[in-house]
Amino acid sequence: MRVLGIETSCDETGVAVYDSAAGLLAHRLHSQIDLHARYGGVVPELASRDHVRRLVPLIEEVAGESGTPLTRLDGIAYTEGPGLAGALLVGASVANALGMALGKPVVGIHHLEGHLLSPLLADPRPDFPFVALLVSGGHSQIHEVEGVGRYRLIGDTLDDAAGEAFDKTATLLGLPYPGGPALAALAVSGRAGVVTLPRPMIDSGDLMMSFSGLKTAVRTLVRKRQAAGTLDARAKADIAAEFQCAVVDVLIAKAVAALDETGASRLVVAGGVGANRDLRERLHAEASRRGARVHFPDLAFCTDNGAMIALAGAMRLEHAKEGDGAFTVRPRWDLASLGAA
Amino acid sequence: MIATFRTHLPDAAATEAAGRALARGLAGGMLVTLSGELGAGKTTLARGVLRGLGWEGPVKSPSYTLLEHYPLSSLYLYHFDFYRFADPQEWETVGAAEAFTPRSVGLVEWPERVAGFLPPADLEVHLLPATGGDGRTLELAATTTAGERCVSEIRKALAAP
Repeated sequence: MRVLGIETSCDETGVAVYDSAAGLLAHRLHSQIDLHARYGGVVPELASRDHVRRLVPLIEEVAGESGTPLTRLDGIAYTEGPGLAGALLVGASVANALGMALGKPVVGIHHLEGHLLSPLLADPRPDFPFVALLVSGGHSQIHEVEGVGRYRLIGDTLDDAAGEAFDKTATLLGLPYPGGPALAALAVSGRAGVVTLPRPMIDSGDLMMSFSGLKTAVRTLVRKRQAAGTLDARAKADIAAEFQCAVVDVLIAKAVAALDETGASRLVVAGGVGANRDLRERLHAEASRRGARVHFPDLAFCTDNGAMIALAGAMRLEHAKEGDGAFTVRPRWDLASLGAA
Repeated sequence: MIATFRTHLPDAAATEAAGRALARGLAGGMLVTLSGELGAGKTTLARGVLRGLGWEGPVKSPSYTLLEHYPLSSLYLYHFDFYRFADPQEWETVGAAEAFTPRSVGLVEWPERVAGFLPPADLEVHLLPATGGDGRTLELAATTTAGERCVSEIRKALAAP
């Protein structure tokens, strides 16, 4: 089964062709980072307009590169939600128009299901069941994954997502957008432990997380240093290093607790924060110490991308019934409401 | 301006308590704005409001989703966060106005970013860094009698031993 995947839930336009037998054949990503940089965040209306401009040329490129005339496709998958309504509608409209014109089945995919299954793009792919740590700008969740469509949410943030905490803390330190990678880069030259930040809920005894208070703690530190005139480059780097260490400490503690609770021996990490080098290195070390395996998607598939949507679409279309051409988007959509494939 | 009030909140617990007290004055159709810099304590205060209304679950930051919706027994609460808005015109694009009905309460973070589109608030809440020390300063400005009820609930709660 060969499927075209279209992802437009936020500020990345992702398109890919995935084949159940041959694997990922081509993928392209257009990031709107430059477009949004001057606003310090994603601007919903700008995002929609940019998807409109980029999507069709990206589909043509990916079809060409994968040697797949559109008529050769077995189906089309798009991100149905959750995300920005206007951005989702661009992908949904193009996918369904293509499906209708080509007479091919179309399937709407839950964005988080795409992330949860993205480690299956790797070779070798991890077997089910596994624990998935999904950490991005919009989410900090832990799922027990037993198969396609069989997800159990076992941990979540009570307030801010880990990636959101990275981005907002970066703003507090005066770093450019996107803040997460800039903060991680600054942390390299800093020393964790010179200043002290809390590890929120690390001993809560469950898999819940909270990152909002950490941001407030950074803000208090920054204000005190500013007032004392000691907020120099070195102090900022030390704060960045301690902040990153605090977030990673919490994520590792919760991931390990999730492995204990489920008895799983495989951990997969997905979402944009999964690109953080410190998190990767320390999780690998911790997992191997415990005899568990940790899988990361390739860096290109940590952030939003079309490949994960094409993959999830292929897995779902293999079991799908014929649709009626009607489609919708779901800007807010509970992952637990999905059925198994 | 019908009523204003200013007080010191030493820590997160006090901020949440102020939110709980504020909730006692809420009724359908009200709009409360919540202003303050990143890390000022807006999330904590919003959590207090929702706890005060009987919501026991997580109170997620709406920065990414723009809106979190809470169907409560007494009313609907719409928790907006316009942090990522660059142009107030986006208010129209996301259809935010539909959320403001006589049965709903709007709790709005970063109201400055939808200036000119947001209906007038019953109560404006500002969280500022406390001058010379820890904690934060809470400033309230009520412009309607409904908003004034929230102010007097907070005043009463803080006066209690």
